Amino acid sequence: MLPGPRKGGIDVKLSGERTTAAPTVPPATAGSDAPRGGDTPVTHPVRNDEDLITVRHAVRAATVEVGFGLVDQTRVVTAASELARNAYIHGGGGTVTIEFPRQAGRRGIRLIVHDDGPGIPDVEVALTDGFTTGAGLGHGLGGARRLMHEFEVRTEAGKGTTIRATRWTTQ
Amino acid sequence: MTDSRPMDVPIIRLGDVLVTGLINELDDKAATAFAEELTERIAAERAKGVLIDISRLEIIDSFVARTLTELSTMARLLGARVIVAGMRPPVAITLAELGLQLAGVETALNAEQGMVALGWRHAPRPPEGGNRRETLG
Ligand SMILES: Nc1ncnc2c1ncn2[C@@H]1O[C@H](COP(=O)(O)OP(=O)(O)O)[C@@H](O)[C@H]1O
Ligand SMILES: [Mg+2]
Repeated sequence: MLPGPRKGGIDVKLSGERTTAAPTVPPATAGSDAPRGGDTPVTHPVRNDEDLITVRHAVRAATVEVGFGLVDQTRVVTAASELARNAYIHGGGGTVTIEFPRQAGRRGIRLIVHDDGPGIPDVEVALTDGFTTGAGLGHGLGGARRLMHEFEVRTEAGKGTTIRATRWTTQ
Repeated sequence: MTDSRPMDVPIIRLGDVLVTGLINELDDKAATAFAEELTERIAAERAKGVLIDISRLEIIDSFVARTLTELSTMARLLGARVIVAGMRPPVAITLAELGLQLAGVETALNAEQGMVALGWRHAPRPPEGGNRRETLG
């Protein structure tokens, strides 16, 4: 496509698992526009990799608000990125809800990542590092569990997947 | 395929080294397009080294990790050495906890050390392969 001499097309394929759905309209209601008082949960759609960027920003802002240090912020944003990506790549699209739980004087962030996709047939296997049914590295689910303090998967064949993952401030 | 080209991530040529960087706002599509463009530039310009500055990246998840790993492999097959420079400490900690060690990806503490590792001193060489302007180091 580009003019000029070219060393015979190098076909670089890095994204075998990406869905090829047509671009969706930008998120209209949920998410960034929702009223957002201190502890009000906020739900963001995740249907594509642009939504993923929005989710990462929102989760970062939430971790700052709760008072996480830089390393914990990075852990939680990275876990959110992995789970949200799974929701749209494996689950066909879903939502990420950010909650602000409190427990015994500690504050925390809870990510609720939901999709109505095919579900995960064997969660223990899916949590194993290196296991993938796509073209990913297979470290997302198990890695996200290690990055968070609490991690709960609810899934059923044909009925989607909901993951609740919480990290607490250390005090 | 699409016209979503990663114009916001410039790839600069300094002698036989390509210098570029990654930014947070790069989505997966743009990251993939970036990797393709960089690979094509390596071949077209016969680059011997590639410096990827990641000091602005606030997270590296498994997608970006895979992109960097595959990019390094691809570049090596094309005869170029890739150095990923400037990873932030919280990113390194998180990456290790994810269980991703970026196997096969060469790293440097910062861009300057990366350039030194790629054979640079302080002044650029003329692009046509002469060595005359090499400095004292
Ligand atoms: N939301 C989901 N819906 C269906 N399957 C899922 C979901 N999340 C993860 N999985 C399954 O678990 C596997 C492992 O997930 P993960 O560790 O994130 O690796 P990767 O995404 O790189 O394949 C996936 O390949 C997929 O089969
Ligand atoms: Mg994944």
